[in-house]
Amino acid sequence: MNWSIVQQGIPTYEKAFMITLKLSFWGILGAIIVGLIVSFVRYFKVPVLQRILGAYVELSRNTPLLIQLFFIYYAFPELGFKISAEASGVSGLIFLGGSYMAAAFAGGLEGVPKIQVESGRAIGLTDWQLAQYVVLPQGLSLSIPAIAANVIFLIKETSIFTVVAIPELTNTALDQIGMLYDTNEALFSLVVGYAIILIPLSILLTWLERRARRGSFGN
Amino acid sequence: MANELLTVTHLVKNYGKKEVLHDINFTVEKGSVTVLLGPSGSGKSTLIRCLNGLEEFHGGQINFEDQTITPGFKKWQPLRQHIGMVFQSYDLFPNRTVIDNILLGPLKVQKRDKNEALAQARQLLKEVQLSEYENAYPRQLSGGQKQRIAIVRALTLNPDFMLFDEVTASLDPEMVRGVLEVIEGLAARKMTMLVVTHEMNFAKQIADKVLFLENGKIVEESSGHQFFEQPQTQRAQDFLSSMDF
Repeated sequence: MNWSIVQQGIPTYEKAFMITLKLSFWGILGAIIVGLIVSFVRYFKVPVLQRILGAYVELSRNTPLLIQLFFIYYAFPELGFKISAEASGVSGLIFLGGSYMAAAFAGGLEGVPKIQVESGRAIGLTDWQLAQYVVLPQGLSLSIPAIAANVIFLIKETSIFTVVAIPELTNTALDQIGMLYDTNEALFSLVVGYAIILIPLSILLTWLERRARRGSFGN
Repeated sequence: MANELLTVTHLVKNYGKKEVLHDINFTVEKGSVTVLLGPSGSGKSTLIRCLNGLEEFHGGQINFEDQTITPGFKKWQPLRQHIGMVFQSYDLFPNRTVIDNILLGPLKVQKRDKNEALAQARQLLKEVQLSEYENAYPRQLSGGQKQRIAIVRALTLNPDFMLFDEVTASLDPEMVRGVLEVIEGLAARKMTMLVVTHEMNFAKQIADKVLFLENGKIVEESSGHQFFEQPQTQRAQDFLSSMDF
């Protein structure tokens, strides 16, 4: 290991780090929004829409992100939808993550005991008020462990973005290996880059899980 | 007729192809306490849940005040503000404090003034001797305390009719008394109530009318006094003699 090579590479990895962070942020945010919508539609059994979104969930969960990205970046322009590599990456992450987040939210919503829903109805809450004051607060806190796992999973999935030449962490490391043969230094920088994102995030999410559990059931 | 708050006529309820409530007919007079008795599985809870739309029914009708409710009725939500219900299992919202549990209905459903609703909630909490638990979470309360809070939560909506579905069934014996005293207090104030219970002494003391249900049918309907002193059917006599009270 040549530490001076590692040191020289820091500015490049900083840029890659920021790109990974930025794309992860937008992808995860989008996935959470899609997941919430899908889980609500399925929880409240909205006719027609629940079948369409059911098909989306199956397609999304049963195809690899790599293939999804190929479609978004290479096949869609043939149909007239041309978007940048970064937008393709974020779209792919949302497409994949949306179904995983939907499953996480659905698990939480379904975990809310039936008696809670009935007692909400018994005091006259409307369906929307039930969702807002009873099902969602309890369901979301039950979902947090699964959502946290998905967040970590989706950040790691950004490594696939290299196939559409987004200069994120993995792409940068592969470039360094391919062009300069600095394999050890590149892999070291790559691991450090992901660790800087994932370890503090993992600690934060664990703390959030504990806090949400207390928030949900009183302290 | 004018004194009837609720009339149930030829009510039928099915689970799939199986009929579980058969031709149920009864009335509940304003200010009276009707007790629904019967062995486990006789359909008491199912019947009481039909009265506020938590269970669908498939035949007959329910008249509540001036509202006629027939199978497939969809507008239960506004009616439920007038029909309070307390369940067997503790049903407080665990993510909300006691006072937030109580005020959810008055503020969000009835859109009442917060100070006015809060004053009423505090008065009722005082009456059930739980004022000091206003800011506690449900998990900090005993089963009996939770049930008393659940009663307060239903009462704060100012219902015309209260349904109690075996509210003491999950409680330790020493907790039961406090909950029953609250219901007795309501009876003394002429709250119209339909009570499902297995507490026979309580039922005897409180019932103006008893409906005895077996296999989804009302097999005996009589005044509270008559039911406990001179039950008319052999089945009711057997039931009462099997109960230790």
